[in-house]
Formats: sequence, structure tokens, C-alpha cells
Amino acid sequence: MKLITAIIKPFKIDDVRDALAGIGIQGMTVTEVKGFGRQKGHTELYRGAEYNVDFMPKIKIEVAVADSLLDQTIEVITESANNGKVGDGKIFVVELDQVIRIRTGETGEEAI
Amino acid sequence: MENQIFELAYAMDTFYFLICGALVMWMAAGFAMLEAGLVRSKNTTEILTKNVALFAVACTMYMLCGYEFMYGGGYLLSGIETTGGIDAAAALAAKAENGFDGDSVYSGASDFFFQVVFVATAMSIVSGAVAERMKLWAFLAFAVVMTGVIYPIEGGWTWGGNEVPLIGALDYSDYAGSGIVHMAGAAAALAGVIFLGPRAGKYAADGSPRAIPGANLPLATLGTFILWMGWFGFNGGSTLKLSGIGVANEVANVFMNTNAAASGGLIAALLVARIMFGKADLTMALNGALAGLVAITADPASQSAAMSTLIGAIGGVIVVFSIVGLDKLKIDDPVGAISVHGTVGIFGVLAVAIFGDASFGGQIIGLLVIFVWVFVTSSIVWLALKATMGIRVSEEEEFEGVDMSECGMEAYPEFTS
Repeated sequence: MKLITAIIKPFKIDDVRDALAGIGIQGMTVTEVKGFGRQKGHTELYRGAEYNVDFMPKIKIEVAVADSLLDQTIEVITESANNGKVGDGKIFVVELDQVIRIRTGETGEEAI
Repeated sequence: MENQIFELAYAMDTFYFLICGALVMWMAAGFAMLEAGLVRSKNTTEILTKNVALFAVACTMYMLCGYEFMYGGGYLLSGIETTGGIDAAAALAAKAENGFDGDSVYSGASDFFFQVVFVATAMSIVSGAVAERMKLWAFLAFAVVMTGVIYPIEGGWTWGGNEVPLIGALDYSDYAGSGIVHMAGAAAALAGVIFLGPRAGKYAADGSPRAIPGANLPLATLGTFILWMGWFGFNGGSTLKLSGIGVANEVANVFMNTNAAASGGLIAALLVARIMFGKADLTMALNGALAGLVAITADPASQSAAMSTLIGAIGGVIVVFSIVGLDKLKIDDPVGAISVHGTVGIFGVLAVAIFGDASFGGQIIGLLVIFVWVFVTSSIVWLALKATMGIRVSEEEEFEGVDMSECGMEAYPEFTS
């Protein structure tokens, strides 16, 4: 099992959610986050004076998947979140030791 | 029958005065919301506390001694007839003698009520300029002197008809107080800001100004609308009466022109900000509406609606350049009060000479008298406060927000249990 963490542009969240649902992903966790990568921040004007926005607002999606679904999941996230511009985000994949469904006590892929 | 008509006119003028006073009182709410919107959320409770407290201080000090200094109304209002001692026959006789075209005759208490809310307006101007870093109690101590002495003395020289020492009577025309109220408040604010210094983080190491965006633009917008509405009482009530066809028409003109000037100011500031900064800066548009109002306040009665729109628009242009200019001079004014009320207040007074029939000399001397008096006396009071109780919170308190250090409560508390 793998835990996929994807950082995407906020306006892409509906596309990504629909695409993941389309391949049978049944759950995800979404967090509003801020950060920077190659896009860096930008400056804005308020009453004629500049100020820096160092951290860009992003959406973080966390999805746990069975190993068999990993490649397909990465593929649909990459496709649906792609805007062709700097700042589209990143996908991180880490090994998942265990998953437990709290209500039933099921473990492993049954619990995903 | 004739007596009953004069009684009715007396009642109508008094009622009009009171309603206008209530509208001006509501401007205190406008200032409170505007300032609460343009500061950071960590300083919200404190700026609201300053706004409500300064209003109460102004009303109390003006009753104690301010009204005496300005209009000779006696300490504790001993000079005006209030409950019990009112001579109805004398009031009726005066009303009948003056008729509908002469000087206004109305209840003495209504005159005090209308004047006292103007004092609070002048003081409200100060609170926005010194926001986010001044000690609450030093500010209120200043409010005591400003509303009890500094403003009433210069108000006495202008509206009160008192002679200025060494200069004599002024030849100065200022209908509702572009200079007497607004520029005076801004002069006190300017002195305060100079001795207080800019907010921490306002200027980069190389001296370039940095933006500190306000926390709540809906509140700032609501505050501007409230001020806009209250201004109908501010300018409209300054006609001092309503009864009679000629006077009623003048009142209607004042309302129309006040509204027109605010609109002109807003449009002009919005366009100038769009051209200068590339985006429609809402806060500048709000300041533009207020600048239009301040600009027309010195002469809202005699101009046409089109001229009033133009005068307001000039005010709206001036205010944007003034805000950017003061920013560069390291005069940190979070809400733009010194520009809106001071720079544009000066323009409003001069506009009476440019577009109306006042003399340039009289207007300039009047402005100088008001500015020098208010700026010098305010500076003395600020310096005295600085030397004794201190006027600025500590660096750490400023960083944490004055809500906690001065009031001990947050405006938007979270994680309480």
C-alpha cells in the first residue's frame, strides 16, 4: 500500500476529485495549505505600497491506495491537475505500513 | 394663529437640529467600522475601545468646559436654558421677530447636542492615524485636552465669533467645518504620528514603505457608507434651520451637493488608483468618497450639483497623491486620515475662495490660525504624555497586538474553553 500526497492548485480540486472517483478511489483527505516551490511568491499592491506574498495557497490531497492502483492514480492526478504552468504542484509517494478502519477493525487493503 | 406658526417653526428647527445631530453622532460608528476594517485583526478590540471611549470623553468634556470656551454656553451648560428654566414667551418673541428669513431660534439643548457631536468627529480623526501602536490611556488623556480645550478654542475663533489674540476677528468662511473640524482633527493627528513614529514593519531597511493590509474590507466599506450618510447631518444641519421656503431649499441643496461630492471623490480616486497601481484599490476608493465629502464641507450650499461633483473629484485625486506622498515621508497613517481630513480639508477651505465668494487671504489666514494653534498645542500635549506615561506600546506588545496588551481580549477569539 502507498500513501499519495499531492499538492495542487486550488482551482483544480474538483477535476482531481472527479478523476479519482472515476477510477474507483473511495476516499481522500483534503487540506488547505500554503507553501512555495519554483513558482515562489509574488508581490501585491495595497494603497500604493508593495507587499510580498511569500507562500502561495495550495490544496493538499492525501489518498491511500493499493499497490495495484498506484500507477493509475498517479496518472489521473497528473492529468487532471495539469495546467501546463509553473506552480501546478507535486506528487509524493511513500510506503504505507498499515491501514485500520476504526469502525470495524479491518486492516490492510480491506480498510482502504 | 401667527404665534402657532412660529411655535411650529421653532419646533421644526429644533427637531431638524436634533435629527441632524443624531446623524452626526452615527458618524462615530462609521469611523469605528472604517478603522476596525483597515487595521489588522490583532488590533481590532483596542481601536473599537478607543472609538467608543473617545466619543464619551468628547461629550463629557464639551459639556464640562468646551461649550463655554467655544460659544460661552457656561461651564456644565450653566449658560443655556434647559429643563425648567425655559422662557417660552421669550423664545416665541425671538422667533416672531426673526421671522422665517432671520437667524435661527431653537432650543438651547439642541444647539449643544448638535455642536457636541462635531467635537467627537474631530477627535475620531485622530484615532485612525495613530492606530495599532498608541497606548489606549495616553490616547484618551489626549482626547480630554483636545475635546475640552484645543478644539473649542479654535471653534470659538471661527464659528463662535471670538477674536483671535494678536490677530483679531477672522474673515473666514467654512460652512460645516472642512478646516474647523476636519483639518483641525488632522493637525492633531499629524502631531501625534510625528511623535509616535511608524508601525513596526511599515518601512523596509532601505526606507521604502511596505503595505500592511487591513483585516476587514467589508467593515471598512460599511464604515464609509455610514460616514457618507452621517455627513447629511453634518453638512445639512449646518444650515442651522429648516423652516421657510428659502432655507428648506438651501437644506435640499446641501444634501444634494454633499452626495454629489462624495460620488465625484469616489470615482476620481478609483480611477487614479487604477491608473497608478494597475488595480482598483477599494481602500483608495473609500478614502476618495470621504475626501469628496471633506472637500465640499466648507461650501455645500451655494454650488451646483455638477460643480460639487467636480470639487469632490478634485478632493478624490488629491487624497490618493497625499496618501502615497505621506507614506514616502514616513508619516504612517494606517487609515489615511491625515490625507482625507487634512490635505483635502485645506483644499475644501480654499475651494470656497476658488469657486465661491470668500477671499483667499481670509481663508488662508483662517487655515493658518487653526493649523498652528492645533498643531502646536497638540504637540505640547503629546510630548508631555510621552515624557510621563509614554504614548507607544512596547515592541513586543505591538507584535502581539494591542488587543491583548491594552484590552486583554481578542476581537475574534479561538480555542477558548
